[in-house]
Amino acid sequence: MIPAAFDYVRAESADEAIALLTEHGDEAKLLAGGHSLLPLMKLRLASPTVLVDVGRLDDLRFIRDAGDHISIGALTRHRDLEISELLGATAPLLKHAAGHVGDPQVRHRGTIGGSLAHADPASDLPAVVLALGGTLVAKGPNGQREIPIGEFYTGFLESALEPDELLTEIRIPKLTTLGWSFQKFNRRAQDWAIVGVATVRAEEGSGVGLVNMGSTPLSAAGVVEALRSGASAAEAADRAVEGTEAQHDNNATVEYREHLARVLVRRALEESGLA
Amino acid sequence: MKITMTVNGVAHTNEVEPRTLLAHHIREALDLTGTNIGCDTSSCGACTIHVDGQSVKSCTMLAVQADGCDITTIEGLADGDTLHPMQRCFQQNHGLQCGYCTPGMVMAAVSLLEENPDPTEREVRLGLEGNLCRCTGYHNIVASVLACAAEGNGATS
Repeated sequence: MIPAAFDYVRAESADEAIALLTEHGDEAKLLAGGHSLLPLMKLRLASPTVLVDVGRLDDLRFIRDAGDHISIGALTRHRDLEISELLGATAPLLKHAAGHVGDPQVRHRGTIGGSLAHADPASDLPAVVLALGGTLVAKGPNGQREIPIGEFYTGFLESALEPDELLTEIRIPKLTTLGWSFQKFNRRAQDWAIVGVATVRAEEGSGVGLVNMGSTPLSAAGVVEALRSGASAAEAADRAVEGTEAQHDNNATVEYREHLARVLVRRALEESGLA
Repeated sequence: MKITMTVNGVAHTNEVEPRTLLAHHIREALDLTGTNIGCDTSSCGACTIHVDGQSVKSCTMLAVQADGCDITTIEGLADGDTLHPMQRCFQQNHGLQCGYCTPGMVMAAVSLLEENPDPTEREVRLGLEGNLCRCTGYHNIVASVLACAAEGNGATS
């Protein structure tokens, strides 16, 4: 399988990438690790006419302690997250989940920014960043802006990023974590999750993200509300499918996905230390 | 577009279409056909090579993305007639049946031991989850990798 023809430009800086996006509009796509976009292009489900390669922007590849949050460059690879001691100490859920994305070869190439911006409801990291209450930083021709993760996902494979904006940074608040869990239910190693659940319990509050329970990555609002009012793990898990819109596919019916969501939320909350 | 990459220690400069996949470039332009293409969907790992020392599925990378990179393919592991320790361990432990997945398995296994020189059996199985063997010959593949690690070969490449 070979992608349709396109023009390729390697950006040497974030500003150059943004200028190229401005010039080419929505005909252009950003290429980071390529592990979401290239498979779609090989299947001809995506046929951008210009690829702007940001994969060499090493100044956007970092994990830093920024006081009240951890700052992660958008081009940080899954492998970098998986072995980060700083993340292990401050956001162990993200470190752990990054180690479950795809397989080692995928993690060597794929980036957190690419995974979040691709906006695939079946991806692991969007649910994790939703649970952690992260903030995304986007840079465009008129400067940069911050987008709370809860406002980032607008539709299937669609985000709040404008066609001329580049996701540059992910900010993960430093929480006083009481417990966390990542549940990924799939039939075979390296598969996408049929349903996945990311939970974090912290003194600042609890977060629950759902994988593959709708057309976008979702926060389990009903569960979070139940936890806020002191519900048990089982009581909170009963509300796992509130606001979801699970799809039927070859792996699972809607009913089965909803069942999995309830079971996995309960397990995740229990593993997070909630009775 | 003109690209240059070092493959198994030799610099190659070629004119490629941007849409040329790295796996195709290696096999067709550089005539290194040890790298197999299996599923073509980043699932099976048959096309695994090393890009700047890390295992990568070359069917899911553009040749232009590898411009300036240091590439190792299965042909670059042996030192003349002397097999790489991982190749020798696969041979001695019968870590292959039909052999189609073997180049990718060996490349993934070498990368695995670079990152984790002394893995447990479970870590080997997880570390090779990106490589499928349709003969289901996993038992001896895992034994081969463990044998290589037991020889203390984790940090050689």
